[in-house]
Amino acid sequence: MSDKNMPTWEVFLQPKTGAPFQHAGNIHATDEEMALQNAREIYTRRQEGTCIWVVKTEDIVSSNPDDQESFFDPANDKLYRYPTFFKVSKKAKGL
Amino acid sequence: MSADNEIIFQKKIDSGLKIEPKDWMPDKYRKHLIRQISQHAHSEIIGMQPEGNWITRAPSLRAKMVLIAKVQDEAGHGLYLYSATETLGITRNELIEQLQSGKAKYSSIFNYPTLTWADIGAIGWLVDGAAIVNQQSLRGTSFGPYSRAMVRICKEESFHQRQGYEIMSKMSNGTPEQHEMAQDALNRWWWPSLMMFGPHDADSSHTSNAMKWKIKRETNDDLRQLFIDRTVKQADLIGLEIPDPDLKWNPETKHYDFGKIDWEEFWEVVNGNGFCNKERINNHISSHEEGQWVREAALAYAEKTQNGVENE
Repeated sequence: MSDKNMPTWEVFLQPKTGAPFQHAGNIHATDEEMALQNAREIYTRRQEGTCIWVVKTEDIVSSNPDDQESFFDPANDKLYRYPTFFKVSKKAKGL
Repeated sequence: MSADNEIIFQKKIDSGLKIEPKDWMPDKYRKHLIRQISQHAHSEIIGMQPEGNWITRAPSLRAKMVLIAKVQDEAGHGLYLYSATETLGITRNELIEQLQSGKAKYSSIFNYPTLTWADIGAIGWLVDGAAIVNQQSLRGTSFGPYSRAMVRICKEESFHQRQGYEIMSKMSNGTPEQHEMAQDALNRWWWPSLMMFGPHDADSSHTSNAMKWKIKRETNDDLRQLFIDRTVKQADLIGLEIPDPDLKWNPETKHYDFGKIDWEEFWEVVNGNGFCNKERINNHISSHEEGQWVREAALAYAEKTQNGVENE
């Protein structure tokens, strides 16, 4: 008797229409339909979502937390991307 | 390298950051988590059995619907926790094998039988009540997936405790026979519920690292005390008496003092000699084996359709 592990899928829920999808956890399933149904049974028993995405865990591409510093380095010296970088007269309204 | 990693790891923990599955972690941290989270998952799964025992005999349709929903939640909680464990690099099959072979434990409380409907009340009120105290504390655990599972579980668990308390309250205020059943259930479940928090801190082999790594946030004894303080007043309110002659409010510590816990009984049950240890595991094994063909068929179907054999 084979006892293969069923593939795992990552589950993302959209809490309400228009909101961004959020990672909820994972489930086991052999195909897409089962993945959606299992995700529904496990993560939305109390109407936690309006839509579900399931993605095979092996298909997720992640950055490496060990490289966090160098990976995000390009963003950390560009204060001019924030509105507070610019000095503007208090009299100027609507900016 | 590993010494450096360990320092960085501990710094993260000390500053309250969560550890995620891909982060470096000491082997012992990983092992401790696998042991603790899987034990927690197994408890949720085995915990369905004593309650499932009463689904067909629930006294009303309302009680039956609620109990089914509760047992389904326990299955869900087991699955959240298996998922969290699997992020540490162990497979579901290995986890199940460890449960069935007895290598992994589950909470001893589920080796006690549910003799009357009042036991369903006592389980919801006391066993879920004790679990909530523990789980609320674990929301602050340092491992991200475990902490997130705890947040989700705590949200769902409070209905469980209320449904149990409602049953106890109704029975305690019902006929004299019903009152007696409620008191009897409390008598039988009280001490095992206190044992759920584990051995006293002085005798617990796992506490020190678990606290340093913030896997556990509060000690067994502190959590047990919190549970007792909460529960005594709830029992008073519905006219039930906690079966402990030494239970007394201590105005100095502002906690209840309580009697001695029978640790011999605890270890007997942990080591397999409880009322239902064999039955619980045998049930798990047989339902797992009976489901084998379904898993195989689902996998075979997926392989076939992926290869385009059955794609329309």
